[in-house]
Amino acid sequence: MSELTITLLRLGYLALLWVLVLFAIGVLRRDLYGTRITDRRRRKAAVPAAAAAAVATEPSKPETAPTRIPRAARSGSGPGRLVVTEGPLRGTIVPLGTSSVLIGRAPGCTLVLDDDYSSSRHARIFPQNGQWFVEDLGSTNGTFVADQRVEAPTPVPTGTPVRVGQSVLELQR
Amino acid sequence: MATVQPHRVRAGRGVELGLLLLALAIGVASYALAGIGTTDKVPPDVLGYGLGMAALAIGIHLVLRWRAPFADPVILPITVALNGIGLAMIYRIDFAYAARGREDGFAQRQLVWTAVSVVLAAAVIILLRDHRTLRRYTYTAMIAGLVLVLLPLVPGLGRTINGASIWVRVGGVGFQPAEFAKIAFAIFFAGYLVTHRDTLALAGPKVLGLQLPRPRDLGPILIVWGASVAVLVLERDLGTSLLFFGLFVAMLYLATERLSWVVIGLLLFVAGAVIAAGAFSHVGARFDAWLNAFDPAVFDQSPGGSGQLVRGLFGMASGGLFGTGWGQGRPDLVPFAESDFIVASLGEELGLTGLLAILLFFAILTERGMRTAIGVRDGFGKLLAGGLAFIVALQTFVVVGGVTRIIPLTGLTTPFIAYGGSSLVANWVIVALLLRISDEARRPAPSMKPSLTPVAGTPVVAGDDDQPTEVMRGVR
Repeated sequence: MSELTITLLRLGYLALLWVLVLFAIGVLRRDLYGTRITDRRRRKAAVPAAAAAAVATEPSKPETAPTRIPRAARSGSGPGRLVVTEGPLRGTIVPLGTSSVLIGRAPGCTLVLDDDYSSSRHARIFPQNGQWFVEDLGSTNGTFVADQRVEAPTPVPTGTPVRVGQSVLELQR
Repeated sequence: MATVQPHRVRAGRGVELGLLLLALAIGVASYALAGIGTTDKVPPDVLGYGLGMAALAIGIHLVLRWRAPFADPVILPITVALNGIGLAMIYRIDFAYAARGREDGFAQRQLVWTAVSVVLAAAVIILLRDHRTLRRYTYTAMIAGLVLVLLPLVPGLGRTINGASIWVRVGGVGFQPAEFAKIAFAIFFAGYLVTHRDTLALAGPKVLGLQLPRPRDLGPILIVWGASVAVLVLERDLGTSLLFFGLFVAMLYLATERLSWVVIGLLLFVAGAVIAAGAFSHVGARFDAWLNAFDPAVFDQSPGGSGQLVRGLFGMASGGLFGTGWGQGRPDLVPFAESDFIVASLGEELGLTGLLAILLFFAILTERGMRTAIGVRDGFGKLLAGGLAFIVALQTFVVVGGVTRIIPLTGLTTPFIAYGGSSLVANWVIVALLLRISDEARRPAPSMKPSLTPVAGTPVVAGDDDQPTEVMRGVR
């Protein structure tokens, strides 16, 4: 066999080793993705491309995550989304519509927290007369708006930290 | 309304099959190139060899499809690739030895051991339906581990080869029981620590930011330290001793998240190593060969000189960036080129590029093990997967570090690559356990019935979430 063939085989073999390395890394790259957000109404329309576009890819770059703000919320000056700023779900964005958002550990909640310090149905954030309110649903550890424990439904201005268990949420435009 | 859900896990069996074919291609290419390099023609049995390897690999892949459909898709292909590379290198070194009149037939025996290992790994996956079963055997595993470690000291059974009494010979088949003891100890440590981790983590004074354990909780770590020193003294095996102690400290850290255990472990280990280096000549010689490797007096000293180490270094140096190519180097000039120094042999013939790829295989394997530990829900599984992954990582570090003269040379085997039946079988069993745990870790939770959640308004809460909430204390 010629010298050239041998050299090509030798380098080709090394390339093959690295192809396996890179393919394996490509497979495990999926682990880096965190949670994903799907819009229930969108999902019913069953457009796979739209579902893929709604995936919040990396928690460190929440601003790149595409969010779909409903027209009703966008037309007013009120907040358009609920953002988790601290805790295990940091970077998660829940677009706000016209219905209330239930927060807690129960799988049926809108924002499901995997947090031993949050109750199954912990708090509810709901709109009334053009303003968003937070209401504690009798949780063990309480809900705090700007470090004040919530006793009755309390208005939440945009940008105010709301603490639920180990997570901190805030409303953003 | 939007919902937040974790990323859906793909079972990954199709991906695994693709990677497996790539790994098999690497194995067969290694074998063919080793044949071309040594005899200038493709080995005549390359087709049979390829088919045999493919049968074993596809066989265990089918077992996974049957019994562990959500197992990690990367672990098996990486293992097959490493095993194939190792087999080809042993085959190639056999040729070099044969040219010098030594007929060893290492490759034949390693091939048989590979088949035995794969069958055993498949048996583990089939028979062990749930890794939590192993927790019942926590203390049985401890006794089994201790018996295995002490077995080579039984007169008439143990054999002393090259100064280390780590061999047992039964009916003509020799094996190193310590290789199996490491699995038993991983099971014991996981079972023990999952029960006792709160005491080990929370009680005790705080000094300089380190949460120190109470003196009476130090008992187990001192016992394990004593046992590993005993291995070092009685069986003269530095590597196994380091492996057991490192495993325990790593699993303590995994269980408690207390840095103090790592500090205490390192201090104990350094103290033990310094005392051992002073008290026992063979350990002292290892340190001397490491620190003054290029001293002619140390190089020529026999036994215990640095000749083997330095020859391995020169071999890797002659390989350079891209290596000499399969069969073109002279790895056989290094003693034990097929077992202890197979890393140097690979470094010589595949170069830095190839060796780094192999090291990355080990890194990926360890990462998958650790990822499994993060993903699995029960504490025992977390500790076991973390411990098993750490075994592979530590063993690779100790061997490669020893051969490349980062740490003193110890007598451990490179997992999956080096010649040695017990090591191969034990590491395949570790892979089987990791696959079993990763199946549990990646299996999606049973899904909720969608009819329970209306589209608008307050969702109805399903009834299965009545776990108590932890009360926050001292947060505010």
